[in-house]
Amino acid sequence: MKGGVLALQGDFREHAHVLADLGIAPVEVRRPDDLAQVDLLVIPGGESTTIGKLAASAGLVEPIRERTASGMPMLGTCAGMIVMAKRVEGGEPLLSLVDITVRRNAYGRQVDSFESDVEVNGIDHPVRAVFIRAPIVEDVGPNVSVLAEHEGHPIVLEQGNLVVASFHPELAGETRLHEYVAGKA
Amino acid sequence: MERETGTFRVKSGLAEMLKGGVIMDVTNAEQAKIAEDAGACAVMALERVPADIRRDGGVARMADVAKIEEIMGAVTVPVMAKARIGHFAEAQILQSVGVDYVDESEVLTPADEEHHIDKWAFTVPFVCGARDLGEALRRLAEGAAMIRTKGEAGTGNVVEAVRHQRAMLRQMGWLQTLRPEQYVSAAKELGAPVELVRDVAAAGKLPVVNFAAGGLATPADAALMMQLGVDGVFVGSGIFKSEDPGVRARAIVEATTHFNDPDVLAKVSKGLGEPMHGLDIKELGEEGLLQVRGW
Repeated sequence: MKGGVLALQGDFREHAHVLADLGIAPVEVRRPDDLAQVDLLVIPGGESTTIGKLAASAGLVEPIRERTASGMPMLGTCAGMIVMAKRVEGGEPLLSLVDITVRRNAYGRQVDSFESDVEVNGIDHPVRAVFIRAPIVEDVGPNVSVLAEHEGHPIVLEQGNLVVASFHPELAGETRLHEYVAGKA
Repeated sequence: MERETGTFRVKSGLAEMLKGGVIMDVTNAEQAKIAEDAGACAVMALERVPADIRRDGGVARMADVAKIEEIMGAVTVPVMAKARIGHFAEAQILQSVGVDYVDESEVLTPADEEHHIDKWAFTVPFVCGARDLGEALRRLAEGAAMIRTKGEAGTGNVVEAVRHQRAMLRQMGWLQTLRPEQYVSAAKELGAPVELVRDVAAAGKLPVVNFAAGGLATPADAALMMQLGVDGVFVGSGIFKSEDPGVRARAIVEATTHFNDPDVLAKVSKGLGEPMHGLDIKELGEEGLLQVRGW
């Protein structure tokens, strides 16, 4: 299996390491022909505005939407969640895939960034979650299920073949969310 | 469950999110918007860009808080700001204001010629400049969560950033050839803690993100540094001292992502207008060098 990581900006190398640890060959996706060879795609953490602009100029937006429509599993963490959301408060959606409304940097500035253990439905032991200037999910559509919450906010959500998390499992060497998404391929 | 703030993972984690990106110096809200619209992954809030600090002389200090707040209010990307080397009170103020990263920077006039800031004492993360591996590891020992080359700021000349990154690569390569009994003498030679020397010898890289900074002015400069193994780039005077800042900023962002793709680099290097005027390092003399500030 080949696991794509959108490699425009952000911590794509950490995601590639997680995939490699799971025995999935990582592929850095920068152009549409990179995307054509992967079985799943991860959108990493980074700056959502930067990733959005680079994805548009690389001609990746429509190809990614087409692949997900035909069932390709996809995981988005933090900025990846924002990039995949249908509605972004005070900003423009990019891929418009997951029926949620997100608010960027909603926990405050970097001094308010934190880590914590969280329980995720379908995963046995607590997941170490690193929240870096993380978004908050304000609204969840009917076809989206919440897999985890923290302090009353949804932090892991699933809509068919798409999974989004507002935190960074990859920063804590956590592999189980990736494994869960790869299981859909 | 309990929130843990200010852990090293949280501090270095933000730097991980900046990788593959361009951090741009800005001096007001309008420039900050131009930078964000061009795809900057963060901005550095300043009163004057390094080229102007160099020209004006005098003592360069932390920017006015109103200036920093103006910039923080204008963009959603992270905002960094500079404190003088050793000036922990400036850093305390920046943390209180809520900047996302503090740059303990040689571009400002040092406040302490013997000591850098104890960065472990802060919740806000710090980035520090380094000319070689020893200097980088000394800053990490003080709690820095991100490293950048010092280069020579405000010159539009990439040669010093190249020199510093080459030194880093050479010394990391050297550490990997050592046997364990040589680590202590290597630590002595580098002037760095042996624990960090051992970590670098094992991993073959720094334990934190390392950006290029100091003299980058073109998309090709960004691609050069990325190919030399840095994780991302700072561009200071190079953008807003050029003829068309928005176009140049956008081109440098594309070049930093597609640094290994000469076709993209050629495309984005077309029709950028005049770059900033550059300086030959040799003409600056020892007195004119910013990189020798700090140790």
